[in-house]
Amino acid sequence: MSETNTQRALAEEPEVKGPRDHPSPATPDQDPNWERAAKPILSLEERTRGLSPEDLRKFMYDMLLARRFEEATGESYALGKIGGFCHLYIGQEAVAIGAINAMQKGDYSMTAYRDHVHALQMGVEPNAVMAELYGRAGGTSKGKGGSMHMFSAESGFLGGHGIVGGQSPLALGVAWKIKYRGEQKVMQVYLGEAAVNQGAFHESLNMAALWQLPLVVIVENNRFGMGTAWERASSLYDISQKASAYAMPSAIADGMDVLDMYRVTKEAVDRARNGGGPTLIEARTYRFVGHSMSDPVHGVYRTKEEVDEEKLNDPIRIYANLLSDLGVLSQEELEVMDEKVKKISAEAVEFADNSPEPEAAELYRDVYADEDVAGRLYFDGRR
Amino acid sequence: MAVITYREALNQALAEEMERDPDVFLMGEEVGVYNGAYKVSKGLLDQFGDMRVVDSPITELGFTGLAVGAAMTGLRPVIEFMTYNFSLLAVDQVFNAAAKMLSMSGGQFKIPVTFRGPTGAALQLSAQHSQALEAMYAHFPGIKVVAPGTPADAKGLLKAAIRDDDPVCVFEGEMLYNLKGEVPEDDDFIVPLGVADLKREGSDVSIITHGKMIHTCLQAAATLEKSGISADVLDLRSLRPLDVDSIMRTVAKTNRVVLVEEGWPYGGITATVAALIQEEAFDELDAPILRVTQADVPMPYAKQLEKNAKPNADLVISKVNQVLYR
Repeated sequence: MSETNTQRALAEEPEVKGPRDHPSPATPDQDPNWERAAKPILSLEERTRGLSPEDLRKFMYDMLLARRFEEATGESYALGKIGGFCHLYIGQEAVAIGAINAMQKGDYSMTAYRDHVHALQMGVEPNAVMAELYGRAGGTSKGKGGSMHMFSAESGFLGGHGIVGGQSPLALGVAWKIKYRGEQKVMQVYLGEAAVNQGAFHESLNMAALWQLPLVVIVENNRFGMGTAWERASSLYDISQKASAYAMPSAIADGMDVLDMYRVTKEAVDRARNGGGPTLIEARTYRFVGHSMSDPVHGVYRTKEEVDEEKLNDPIRIYANLLSDLGVLSQEELEVMDEKVKKISAEAVEFADNSPEPEAAELYRDVYADEDVAGRLYFDGRR
Repeated sequence: MAVITYREALNQALAEEMERDPDVFLMGEEVGVYNGAYKVSKGLLDQFGDMRVVDSPITELGFTGLAVGAAMTGLRPVIEFMTYNFSLLAVDQVFNAAAKMLSMSGGQFKIPVTFRGPTGAALQLSAQHSQALEAMYAHFPGIKVVAPGTPADAKGLLKAAIRDDDPVCVFEGEMLYNLKGEVPEDDDFIVPLGVADLKREGSDVSIITHGKMIHTCLQAAATLEKSGISADVLDLRSLRPLDVDSIMRTVAKTNRVVLVEEGWPYGGITATVAALIQEEAFDELDAPILRVTQADVPMPYAKQLEKNAKPNADLVISKVNQVLYR
């Protein structure tokens, strides 16, 4: 039988290239924007504009507390005191610390499941965060949420959400509420870079821009969605460009530099507060730990060498050196600060350990807010 | 009492609750300028303006999440799903967010949101537009589900849903919007959640159902009456909370039960009610509990196939005869 036209055409077809053979999705090394973000060409005066020495020291304190608290969390997890999934923020501290410091009291924030530090930074007591990790009655959610579901109505911290990208429409709704009530507030939502591929993210960006809602979307690009490198997951490396599809302003921030995070976020927060609508910020950062406590720090998806090299960019050490050079915080003062936050973390562990387990009756509480209804709400035959 | 349509009853409920509480707003596809795909929101945009009657893009997951986030911070959104079929794009926000937020936050964040829209088959809309999904929603603790079958229940239950502090899903009958009935005119008329209604009183058999199917069951009961069989027709109205007392009362009276629903049998509302009856009233039964549901297939388009797939009065009559061993 002779060759058919189709077979001939197929034979002449050039070899199909895999997605990474195409030049467009640049790796961090090839991406000029990454370089620019990592090394902003700004003078020191520009980088610290509007910030007092107290502010600069506070950023250090906040990052140090975040680091020590998460280290204490890791230790407690290793001891079996914390169960379930537990995602640490070590390496990414500059992102939330810089960005939340750019907000005002009364503003709101919400993130995914890597949420301990965002909760702390929004003003939730370390004791309550640790007790929640321990699943105790003294936790932020009375022990019902756990690591992934920190909440504080009082502090404007709206979670703690476990479904990748699921928090973006929720944040949109909070921004809608702000506009509906005519308030001068801002909603800040954090997502990992991998969440950007979810429809929920795009639906939210569209409506936020369409209705000019006071929403600041911060994508924490730590380069890996669990173990999948971003360039293996997105046709476009530069996340900030995704905002252009929604006619929304965007920016890249150096997520290893607390000053850059503050500066870029402040601009977006001010714009949102003044009716200028939403902004998408891509914070380029790196996670020094595994995806969760059950995952390895390095392995099939990244090498030990890569992690070690990235650790040279430790946001806390680099910032400590800067403050020392500026004469804002000496080595001795830093050590005093470090002792203080270690003590706070240790006290949080002690508080959590001593906090009682939730009582048995708690099982059926907070399932419904309004149980003042006729008829049956629970069908398990247990109560 | 005024005689109005099911559609007008829902419209009145929305208007009255929006008038009563400035935190209530309506959002969904075509609810504003177009006056609603089924005209339930007719005139509301003119009355309340575009911040309170909001035309959303076609973005179910997005606007459903928006409602939950708005509810977290104090608003009382009403979301219209053009039909519940389309809500399948949005259920992450209903099941993973709305249903669990209060619990995950240890009681800090109530979600007083109402989801509403038509459920079930209309006429020849085929597989993706004909589903009755209330059982899936009622599966999730944290969610409340109601399914009004008359204009009065539509108004009363929707008002109760909007005033409730939990997420409430109101399943309206796509074929019921033109149904007329008497509806109280009192602004504070509500039908409380969790209260079933005996739509017809009998003594030989209990037919338990909800939503559009009450009309099929009433029709069957009228036919059965002619052959000397009198049926209790219990309209559950509310599926979660569920009026278990009323169920047990009718079972104790007639000792024979036929359960009817528009959705599929697997894990259906009828499956749950049957389980409850055998757990709690086994000794009252004189016959096995039988069920009438949609055929366990995706809804076909062809007229006769569709007709055969739907539950109907003849099937109800046949099951009633079986439980009476006739």
